Amino acid sequence: MADLTTTYCGLTLRSPLVPSSSPLTGNLDDARRLEDAGAAALILPSLFEEELIHEQEHLHRFVDLQDIGHHEADSFLPTAHALASKLDHTLETIDRYKQSLAIPVIGSLNGVTDSGWIEYARDLQAAGCDALEINLYGVNADCSDSSADIEARYQHLVRELVNGVSVPVVVKLSSQFTGVAHFVAGLEQAGAAGVSLFNRFYQPDIDLNTLEIKPCLSLSGPQEALLRIRWLAMLRPQVQLTLAATGGFHDGPTVLKALLAGADVVHLCSVLLQQGIGAIGAIESAMAQWLEEQEYDSVKQLQGSLSYGKAVNPGAYERANYLEVLDSYTPSRGVRV
Amino acid sequence: MSEPANGYVTIDGNEAVAFVAHKTNEVIAIYPITPASPMGEHADAWSAQGRANIFGSVPQIIEMQSEAGAAGAIHGALQAGTLATTFTASQGLLLMLPNMFKIAGELTPTVFHIAARSVAAQALSIFADHSDVMAARGTGFALVASNSVQEAHDMALITQAASLNSRVPVLHFFDGFRTSHEVAKIRLIDDPVIAAMLDAEAIRGHRERALSPDHPVIRGTSQNPDVFFQARETVNPYYQQFPGQLQQAMDQFAGLTGRQYRLFDYEGAEDAERVIIIMGSGAETVAETVSALVANGEKVGVLKPRLYRPFAATALLAALPASTRSIAVLDRTKEPGAGGEPLYKDVVAAVGEALMAGNLPFTQIPKVVGGRFGLSSKEFTPAMVCSVLDNLQQLQPQNQFTVGIVDDVSHSSLPWDESRAPALAGDTIECLFYGLGSDGTVSANKNSIKIIGECTELHAQGYFVYDSKKSGAVTVSHLRFGQQPIRSQYLIGDGRASYVGCHQTVFLEKFDMLQKAAPNAAFVLNTTHSAQQVWATLPRATQEHILNKNIRLFVIDAYAVAQQSGLGRRINTVMQTCFFAVSGVLPKDQAIAQIKASVEKTYGKKGRHIPRRNFEAIDNTLAALQPVTVPDRVASELEIQDPAARQTDPFLRQVTAQIIAGHGDRIPVSLLPADGTYPTGTAKIEKRNIALEIPVWDEDLCTHCGKCAFVCPHGVVRSKAFPVAAVADAPLSFKHVQIKGKDYPQGVHISYQVAPEDCTGCSLCVDICPIRDKSNASHKAINMEPIEPLLEQEKINWEYFLSLPDMDRREVKSSTMKGSMLLEPLFEFSGACSGCGETPYIKLASQLFGDRMIVANATGCSSIYGGNLPTTPWAKNAEGRGPAWNNSLFEDNAEFGLGIRAACDQQRVMAEDGLRALAPHLDQELVQSILDAPQQSEADIYEQRQRIEQLRQQVNNLDSPQARQLAPLLDALSRKSVWIIGGDGWAYDIGYGGLDHVLASDCDVNILVLDTEVYSNTGGQTSKATPRGAVAKFSASGKPTAKKDLARIAMTYEHVYVAHVAYGAKDVHTLHTFLEAEAYPGPSLIIAYAPCIAHGVDMSNNHRQQNLAVDSGHWPLFRFDPRKAAQGQNPLKLDSKAPSVDYGEFMKSETRFNMLWHSHPQRARELMQQAQREVSERYERYQQLAALDWDEETQ
Repeated sequence: MADLTTTYCGLTLRSPLVPSSSPLTGNLDDARRLEDAGAAALILPSLFEEELIHEQEHLHRFVDLQDIGHHEADSFLPTAHALASKLDHTLETIDRYKQSLAIPVIGSLNGVTDSGWIEYARDLQAAGCDALEINLYGVNADCSDSSADIEARYQHLVRELVNGVSVPVVVKLSSQFTGVAHFVAGLEQAGAAGVSLFNRFYQPDIDLNTLEIKPCLSLSGPQEALLRIRWLAMLRPQVQLTLAATGGFHDGPTVLKALLAGADVVHLCSVLLQQGIGAIGAIESAMAQWLEEQEYDSVKQLQGSLSYGKAVNPGAYERANYLEVLDSYTPSRGVRV
Repeated sequence: MSEPANGYVTIDGNEAVAFVAHKTNEVIAIYPITPASPMGEHADAWSAQGRANIFGSVPQIIEMQSEAGAAGAIHGALQAGTLATTFTASQGLLLMLPNMFKIAGELTPTVFHIAARSVAAQALSIFADHSDVMAARGTGFALVASNSVQEAHDMALITQAASLNSRVPVLHFFDGFRTSHEVAKIRLIDDPVIAAMLDAEAIRGHRERALSPDHPVIRGTSQNPDVFFQARETVNPYYQQFPGQLQQAMDQFAGLTGRQYRLFDYEGAEDAERVIIIMGSGAETVAETVSALVANGEKVGVLKPRLYRPFAATALLAALPASTRSIAVLDRTKEPGAGGEPLYKDVVAAVGEALMAGNLPFTQIPKVVGGRFGLSSKEFTPAMVCSVLDNLQQLQPQNQFTVGIVDDVSHSSLPWDESRAPALAGDTIECLFYGLGSDGTVSANKNSIKIIGECTELHAQGYFVYDSKKSGAVTVSHLRFGQQPIRSQYLIGDGRASYVGCHQTVFLEKFDMLQKAAPNAAFVLNTTHSAQQVWATLPRATQEHILNKNIRLFVIDAYAVAQQSGLGRRINTVMQTCFFAVSGVLPKDQAIAQIKASVEKTYGKKGRHIPRRNFEAIDNTLAALQPVTVPDRVASELEIQDPAARQTDPFLRQVTAQIIAGHGDRIPVSLLPADGTYPTGTAKIEKRNIALEIPVWDEDLCTHCGKCAFVCPHGVVRSKAFPVAAVADAPLSFKHVQIKGKDYPQGVHISYQVAPEDCTGCSLCVDICPIRDKSNASHKAINMEPIEPLLEQEKINWEYFLSLPDMDRREVKSSTMKGSMLLEPLFEFSGACSGCGETPYIKLASQLFGDRMIVANATGCSSIYGGNLPTTPWAKNAEGRGPAWNNSLFEDNAEFGLGIRAACDQQRVMAEDGLRALAPHLDQELVQSILDAPQQSEADIYEQRQRIEQLRQQVNNLDSPQARQLAPLLDALSRKSVWIIGGDGWAYDIGYGGLDHVLASDCDVNILVLDTEVYSNTGGQTSKATPRGAVAKFSASGKPTAKKDLARIAMTYEHVYVAHVAYGAKDVHTLHTFLEAEAYPGPSLIIAYAPCIAHGVDMSNNHRQQNLAVDSGHWPLFRFDPRKAAQGQNPLKLDSKAPSVDYGEFMKSETRFNMLWHSHPQRARELMQQAQREVSERYERYQQLAALDWDEETQ
């Protein structure tokens, strides 16, 4: 059997299959089952600073500030209990995982304030995370806010984070950057240990009955993998940092394609939610079988072998528009014309 | 409770008592009642946290269905050998009396802790007097009084020890609010002292006497005339020994703590000639006053009985100086018709008996007079004490006097002059804060007291006064700090406050705050005006005070600072910082550091965000607080408002408006109704102006659906339809358009008008509006807009709107939403919480049936916003008709309503009989039409009233005894609609027995249960309506059991109309249900879902929560109409679809559920799963019942 090991930000993993943030990675029972099924590491459910702030404000509003100024009641809910926050819960989960699991545990963070990014990253590190995945995403809809400014802010943030913690920092990116490659190179310069391509987000939808806007999140589909594969292939020869593929990887063949394009790891989420934790074993088997059939010795041998520059027709990665080409006029490179 | 600092803690009386009770008991039965509820809440919370008692076990806390139930449970727990206690007050104590006789009769040691409160008479009152305690003096319980927070803490332990040692149960009482809610710095009793006080042998004896099949006995026998009397006398030795045993416990306690109490504590001159005898917090005020007078050489004193029952007459007399010449016994209770109040009569008897026995320990026979003071927490001040002592100087002192009121009817009152109060010793700093209930002023002040109490050597006291409103409530905080323990048990008086904080600019024109300010005081004003501009905005009286008293004025725009600091509209931290920055109670830097430490301690556990914002606010406040350089002369023509000036009605001017203005204390006896009867329709005079934004109608978009008026919890959105010609003289800005719909002819216009000064700004009218502008979805047919530019114009429009006639009820199609909303609400402008989920139901009933409605209202939120003086939202129409309302008790409301129905029916029968008898002398056709009148529709009822008027004239023209007997009964011939209204605490718990009995009857009553799923009024305690998994007080770990299905129980009778409604989810369903229920000629039960602030959700989401409740299956909608069964149809109709929303989604949306995920995540998960199953199963069961083929079933 081919050697499936890979490295992720300096960590050696038994395979490239790493479940990404989902409810499955948020409780110890499922985490154990993931590990048993073959997960090489796991990424915790994202800690959203915005959510933590909302939670604090919510509890503050309804627990701390209950007094309406009436003789008969200065509160309406009991206040004596210590109320654990989502942060407490996450940190406790990390602690439990570290005691119970052998695989690396990667924290996931989405901040909104400069101080929040750093403080929560340190909290996650202190709780025992082996690495941090940070979600750099905002809806940058201000006309006066240029792409260059936004990218500079992100790179500054990554630099601050890398300086603020000692564990590797992986940046989970949106695909919506004008110059993805340039930006990733900048992140590498800022000290990022890896990038994860690409994040998926809630999208607002319109309810035609109420004319109200409602959030909407659907699970990924396999067609989404192609966008990732392209950028893995394009980036692999240009940067040294870890490349993770995420979004649309639901079966062995698609995972193999990501690896061929240059991924160090491939994240699994929707497929596990849809098909169950057992899907991870099926994907690994399919991978292993293909590697064996194709007589690969290891995943490392395979990784990036179809990246830009190593592919037979690398220009296909660059092509932005569909072009129907019946390539009948180009002679073989071995033939003198 | 925070950790003691140097042995001291800063807590209120309830917590001080509950602390000891929880340490010394094993079973605690609780039931909410103001002002004792917090004792149960503390005990429940501590047990939920696993806090053990002194014996190492966690006390079991049991909430019962009533105080009667709690007493029964305690009786059982005691009989089975545990140490058990309960807490209560007022009516709650009265419900415990039967068991107290039993407990005492069986010589069972226990202590009941009572936050003494008035017993309802001409009115309910939640405030302090001893009428409840005095009603218990025949039970056989010993009665022991505490006068302050420290004493209540200490005496809770002393009585526990004495009761165990003596086997005599004790009623330990302290004044409700004045002691139960006063925050004070006290020395906490530590565990070794508690352990040392409790005698192990006594406890063992108690356990050995317990009922047990291992050594069986019977108690509670039934005795006959042969032995009962003798058996009753067997206990005498126990009562004779009790005073000695109590003193022994007091002495032991003194040995352990240094705090010495005596059965009767005397303070004052050793050679006193005039002595006041008084129990409760007033004794501290007398002691403080006496101390000042003695320092001035006066021969006065005060005797403070700790032990009232058993009455230790000899000890009482022995505690008085031999020089005593005259005694004033002050009772904080009233026994109408008695020859004197209880303590007075006991003292007279003691003196008389000693005189007769020849052992009177005085140099001369003292004169003894009795007086009443402080009923319902009436102020009792040093000036009043002086008045009482002055009376004792008279040759013939006035007896049976009152003090603290002006009694111009019986002329019982002693005059007093507040300016004559003696200068009190000490260096107490007094501070006053005027805030809104929702702006956090009170909680900030409680925090300040803790900071000062726990971080300095200073003693501290805090007492808080509220105005009884639940939205826009005004709070006044009275804080005192000093080197010596603070004994002033009264509000801060005129010219006393060295710091006055005005936290809302609008108060400047409402209250003469600086009347209370001392010379050189600091006055901090929250205003948007700068230091340079503010002077011109101050009322004349305020400017005068500032100049005359050399007051230092500071301004801050607290809302701007809060906003800038990310605190929204919460200004508590800002104003607290101002206090510490200006008052000088603590050095400024130390104070600021302590506030920050306190913020970190209070909020830091939940994360860094809230503390950080508060730190920012503190720093921003220090930068924004500005001293004002005041001009040297008054330059304002602005007057402080006088609500009485607007009123022409003498009663409203002399009574109602005075109470609104905060001058209720000045109203003399003669102006108040002797029987508690007050006019309705008075809420409209308050004009509270509390909304920042009000709804504005877009007449072009509106489709006139009526939903906005329907959901308005405060009755401020109104609609009227009228011929267009009727508004020819309308103000230009008055909006009206042709009414839409086939039911209304061309030329009939409709207006939706808002009462701008009565709106609370809840925005629910906008939320429910279904119409959006086609080009701008954020604009609806009604929209919230800032009030300021609209106010004057809308005041005019509102007055004009009121002047338009209401549509003839006979022409209104009340089964449609649009039509029903054209009916005038006769429940308007209540002081309920902004966005209240209860009031729309009451308002709807008042619109549909108000002109023929009699309401029996259970105690609770609805009786407070419905009937708490100064005003009532219950109103009357232009013809003078409207709901008549009364609140009997909490527990008896269904029975009370049944009695009203019985009276209506009986009077109708009597009137019909009388009419038949007189028929030969009357227009017989008229008589017959009256007797045959169907009275089903509005037209029927209108015609019947017209006929009755004709009849009245004919009857009045007859000069016969029968006619005179019939005349006052004529109105009984028109249909009356009896409504029994209350909350779930009443219907599911304390009043359930009566409710069940009324349901079982065939009387035509309409029962409206406003189901908030907790005891809302007393602060959100668990009822049997509380759903599984909800966190509520008394269920701090989430309610483990399912909500009682009251509707299903009621359906089992099969003759009861039963419905579940949720107006925000399905408004027309609610409307139809009310119409059907009222029309049903038997008992009707409407269980109405009512979102409440106790759910931990902002009431602006009221409708969303109702939708979630219905869609998740939490609140299925249905109607069970027995009339259908009679027609061979299934009486049950399920009106909501099968649950379509995950129950977890509903639970996640409310803090009452989701806080359990923060405290007990595993338990939360389990309870949620159980609840999810339950709602699905319940819906299926209802579905099955509704699907039954009724013909087959009934065959």
